[in-house]
Amino acid sequence: MSTQVPKREEVESTTDEAASSPGKQRRDTAKADRAGQQEKQREAEERAKANEDTVRIKVFRYDPEVEAKQEPRFDEFHVPFEKGMTVLDSLMYARDHYDPSLTFRHSCRQAICGSDAFFINGSQRLGCKTQLSELDEPVRIEPLPHQDVVKDLVVDMDHFYEQMHAVEPYFDPDELPDGELEEQRQSRANREKIKMSTRCIWCGACMSSCNIAAGDNQYLGPAAINKAYRFAMDEREGEARKQERLKIIEQEHGVWRCQTQFSCTEVCPKDIPLTEHIQELKREAVKSNLKFW
Amino acid sequence: MSQSYNRGLIEDFGRWREFSAGMWAWVFHKFTGWVLVGYLFTHIAVLSTALSGAAAYTGTIQTLEGLLVVRILEVGLLAVAVFHILNGLRLLMIDLGIGLESQDKSFYASLILTGAITVASVPTFIAGAF
Repeated sequence: MSTQVPKREEVESTTDEAASSPGKQRRDTAKADRAGQQEKQREAEERAKANEDTVRIKVFRYDPEVEAKQEPRFDEFHVPFEKGMTVLDSLMYARDHYDPSLTFRHSCRQAICGSDAFFINGSQRLGCKTQLSELDEPVRIEPLPHQDVVKDLVVDMDHFYEQMHAVEPYFDPDELPDGELEEQRQSRANREKIKMSTRCIWCGACMSSCNIAAGDNQYLGPAAINKAYRFAMDEREGEARKQERLKIIEQEHGVWRCQTQFSCTEVCPKDIPLTEHIQELKREAVKSNLKFW
Repeated sequence: MSQSYNRGLIEDFGRWREFSAGMWAWVFHKFTGWVLVGYLFTHIAVLSTALSGAAAYTGTIQTLEGLLVVRILEVGLLAVAVFHILNGLRLLMIDLGIGLESQDKSFYASLILTGAITVASVPTFIAGAF
């Protein structure tokens, strides 16, 4: 399927020749453009109908800047199915052929950038990683729940990023090695321990799936706690830094809000065992606070 | 960004068909927990009739046990308590970090065990109620 912008050179060249007033020219171009676009849209629709193998997608639409679109609604698109087509592919097809105003975030299309997490058929998934063939029709595509919708499928991620930054997600060892160019080596076993937690792509699916995070805005959320795990479990940082990290983690709205519903683990597109990491941090927090005197 | 749209809570009970095992376990655990707390009060109320004498207590118990509804409720109470115990063990394992990959299976296991124990208890609870 094509993600190219439809060609418009022909239209432009014909209007160039019939040059009258610049205003009329602009209007003509716009009109021809619109007519061309409508023509293309109709063509695409007919092609989709003629093609038996189409997928019906229902997409959440909302646009605060257009009065008629301020009331959220669902738009239905028929997208010709191709083998291996993902939900993101179908959205791009719908945008390119039916409605250029359809808005959603996407970038790498290979589950690394973490920008296209949607609420697809009732669960949080990455659009680029979800095969259409695995879903029941019509495929319902909504923005991530528990986040404010900015437009169509775009949600406000500010709160999620704030929580991520709240756990100080950067490597910060107590002491640096002597030599200036010396490496800070990690043991293989320790690397293995934190391996899964480093795979987070900040897509926000886990936070959106979490019941507790929905009700408690201060809760750090699975992704942030996973980030905290990645650094708290890193042996190179040293004991003092770990204690500081645990202080952030074990506060009232930290790890103890987790009620092990496993929603986050279930939806994580990178298969990070989030609940396991949260539970391990709970145990760490208890261990560091237990004193036998 | 001029304004945004707050969709509120999406995952309410209307979406119960989409709940996963861990979510159901949580819902049932909360529910059974509250039922047990509620039962505790009725339990204390019944026991406290003993304050007004042995006869009053025996009378209360005999009247209650004579009602079929109470017998059925007792079966329900057993089911609730057994599930809460078994799922509590499951949660204990989760807290200890044991078998988190099979948390859904342990939930189903506790459900099945609860069902089996409840069914097995029916003859004992219902005996002589009719």
